[in-house]
Amino acid sequence: MTARTIAEQVRAGERRATEVVEAALVEIATHDSDLHAFTEVHTASAREAAEAIDAAVAAGNDPGPLAGVPIGVKDNICQRGRVTSCASKILEGWQPPYDATVVGRLAAAGAVIVGSTNMDEFAMGSSTENSVYGPTRNPADHSRVPGGSSGGSAAAVGAGMVPLSLGSDTGGSIRQPAAFCGVVGVKPTYGAVSRYGLVAFASSLDQIGPFAANVGDAALLLEVISGHDPLDSTSLDAPAPSLVAHLDEGVAGLRVGLCKDLIEGASTEITAAVAASAELLAAQGAEIVEMSIPELHYGLSAYYLIAPAEASSNLARYDGVRYGLRVDAANVAEMNAASRTAGFGDEVKRRIMLGTYALSAGYYDAYYAQAQRTRTLIIRAFAEAYASVDLILGATTPTTAFEIGAKVSDPMEMYLSDVFTIPTNLAGHPAISVPAGTGAGGLPIGVQLLGPALSEERLLRAAAVIEKGRA
Amino acid sequence: MAELPDDWEMVVGLEVHTELATSTKLFCGCSNAFGGEPNTNVCPVCLGLPGSLPVLNEKAVELAIRIGLALHCEIAPSVFARKNYFYPDQPKDYQISQYDKPLNGIGHLDLPDGTRVVVERAHMEEDTGKTTHLGGTGRIHGADESIVDYNRAGVPLVEIVSGPDIRSAEQARLYAAELRAILIATGASDGRMEEGSMRVDANVSVRRGPDAPFGTRCEIKNLNSLRSVQRAIDHEALRQVMLLEAGETVTQETRHWDEDAGRTQTLRSKEEAYDYRYFPEPDLVPLAPSDEQIDAIRASLPPMPAERRRTLLGLLGDSVTEAHADQISSVVDQDLDRFVTAAAAAGVGAPLALARVANELAGALGDGGELEEGTMVVLLEMEEAGEVSATQAKAVLADLVAAGGGDPRAVAKAKGFEQMDAGALDAVLDAVIAENADAWQRYVEGDDKLAGFFTGKVMAATKGQADGKAVNASLRQRRG
Repeated sequence: MTARTIAEQVRAGERRATEVVEAALVEIATHDSDLHAFTEVHTASAREAAEAIDAAVAAGNDPGPLAGVPIGVKDNICQRGRVTSCASKILEGWQPPYDATVVGRLAAAGAVIVGSTNMDEFAMGSSTENSVYGPTRNPADHSRVPGGSSGGSAAAVGAGMVPLSLGSDTGGSIRQPAAFCGVVGVKPTYGAVSRYGLVAFASSLDQIGPFAANVGDAALLLEVISGHDPLDSTSLDAPAPSLVAHLDEGVAGLRVGLCKDLIEGASTEITAAVAASAELLAAQGAEIVEMSIPELHYGLSAYYLIAPAEASSNLARYDGVRYGLRVDAANVAEMNAASRTAGFGDEVKRRIMLGTYALSAGYYDAYYAQAQRTRTLIIRAFAEAYASVDLILGATTPTTAFEIGAKVSDPMEMYLSDVFTIPTNLAGHPAISVPAGTGAGGLPIGVQLLGPALSEERLLRAAAVIEKGRA
Repeated sequence: MAELPDDWEMVVGLEVHTELATSTKLFCGCSNAFGGEPNTNVCPVCLGLPGSLPVLNEKAVELAIRIGLALHCEIAPSVFARKNYFYPDQPKDYQISQYDKPLNGIGHLDLPDGTRVVVERAHMEEDTGKTTHLGGTGRIHGADESIVDYNRAGVPLVEIVSGPDIRSAEQARLYAAELRAILIATGASDGRMEEGSMRVDANVSVRRGPDAPFGTRCEIKNLNSLRSVQRAIDHEALRQVMLLEAGETVTQETRHWDEDAGRTQTLRSKEEAYDYRYFPEPDLVPLAPSDEQIDAIRASLPPMPAERRRTLLGLLGDSVTEAHADQISSVVDQDLDRFVTAAAAAGVGAPLALARVANELAGALGDGGELEEGTMVVLLEMEEAGEVSATQAKAVLADLVAAGGGDPRAVAKAKGFEQMDAGALDAVLDAVIAENADAWQRYVEGDDKLAGFFTGKVMAATKGQADGKAVNASLRQRRG
């Protein structure tokens, strides 16, 4: 059942939120011991919230557009009084004294948070293997990864435990796991969704976005969480867009660029899925044009300087002084070092060191500044592309989900999983990964649609056409 | 203190941090109040909790621009940057500051002695918390434990960086005093050095004569008063000269001024200096005040101390003495010149008004208290008209300040101060002269020092009601 149907029925008094939430809790109890998508299930508070929604409906009040819909929230989005650990030992057990803006908006819309979802530590990774809680498994094949870093959120929706979840996307952390788990994932325009309460990885790239089993539900969730937030200075001064209402308006007359730089290097089955998706769009009146943006090839290198540089600063605060893990030592500096050594995992340490180096005196110009110039080049290249096309179509990932453990010993190989998703984050643009069939072993394939800033409505329309065409 | 020996010259630049007088902190809604129970004025943002984000305080920007305009700085589109270093009193382990694009660029400050000191920049940044080291040495190295109060974390600061244009410790003190007066005049800061509202660091080096290249500099921290600015710089310059004269070298380092011991000590060497890894703060957008905003702020700025000193000089006319100049500096620094201009506007003689404000009023207010300008003007008018003597006026003033105001005439009357007529004064003088005939004879024969003796006797006999000037005039008249 879709989130929209659940909300409609709960609002109309035709279905009780408590029943919906109980059903979700049963699904989680059934599947999550294998999948491990959740780091913590909020059984008691979810039941309380559901009861409050039922009471509101009974009293003639409207609990909101997500009334009674169970949702999972990534473990890096602050929930007041709930452990929010970023799947890191250094924040093990930390409970924020405040809610992220999106968490407040979910509650105001009647959604029921049933649990926190697993992730790569501090959102650094592409497999959800770098978690202090242990790895999450892919619902389509338990020997494989769900992708990452929002692997828990993707697996929770992919396994049908919840109809919706929230993730965060810094270089592909929503779209790549969405593709691996066969669900819809949206990375919104930078600034469209408030980052207040999202524990920062790379501030200039991070965005919170929705996972859903279908395009319509993703649109609904995105509507709820979007819109200006005075607590986030980078929040766009724009009202939340109307997305669901325009979902069925099709793609007739849109020019869609089939971008070879977002396809080359992908497996044969994924390349075929992209071509098939192009045909679905063309069949509904879109004009498909082949195109190339060669600058996108520099994206990965620029990203792996900018993101670690920002991370090295964002993660400095985990020093053992105020909260989180403290390992006692002879003096403050040694305590800082001992706490960080014990509290951070290898991938986090690797990126902190990389970022610290990139910002250091004597190296700044060659690394960080050069990466920023490259970022500017990519933004310009996209702007030029969008002067002649409305949307860009490509692959979300080079391959389908890989085996657990296959890439943990080779960071570069792991980083390449995000080669198609990273350019969007550098540009601050929105993109969506939508299911486009399955490949060998029944593993899900996702294709990616990219658009200019604030083109979410257009992206979702096109994704809906692909979804409908495959049905 | 002391001139440097031989042809040595000191080169000094000052970095002054001033807290802005906003009601809330720079990036959150917490109160910006001095003191308070430790860790009570805090929230997720100023504690740097995971997920929190800064939102810039518009009022702080306005005050920073006021400082920039008062220092003739170029106001430029600016970018906040992160200054990264680990320290327990810094909640995020980075400080949000400004680096290569400060809000206020090149400007200048003219010292009362006419020296122009370049202001290289005046940028915005957030303050840190405050660490207290307990037990052991009481310093960060060797303390038993350290506790941190984050109430000050996130308080808005402007750091004003001078060029290396200062050539003496006295000049450095003058610069700090003038800057403090400017900050107070703009309303951007209360300038209270003892509360840390204004903090001064000095970069000091020495060289042989004005044409020699700059020497290796040391940065002196912990200068908590204008006096320590001057003492510390004098001491540090002399230390460096003695090192160089002995054939040794000056090591670039940060030094701590120990006010009690009267010397500087190594805090950290250049090798221990941080690499701050500045980069643009991605959580904030660039700050680009509009021309309209800048013009509006400029139009709202009151006259600055230099202009106010010129105004007072103008009131004095041609009869300006060095004492007057000191009084003028003093009343402007203390923001008391409005009393002088108000009195002058009411027709009171400027020298009298200036002297009373610089000495008696400043003294009385210095002990705490307030007074309306109009009240002071009435009292000055009374003194000038001879309704009360100088001594009586001082007593009335003390009562007025203590009471926070009142009617000067009512206070004078209540104290029994009434004008002595000439006849009464003559009678007292007759009696005093009769009682001290020998002394009077010596005075008549030319021992001028005895004038004070007789004035004192008359004052004592009249319990201070006699007007000192009238007594003096009578004494001279009687001597013939």
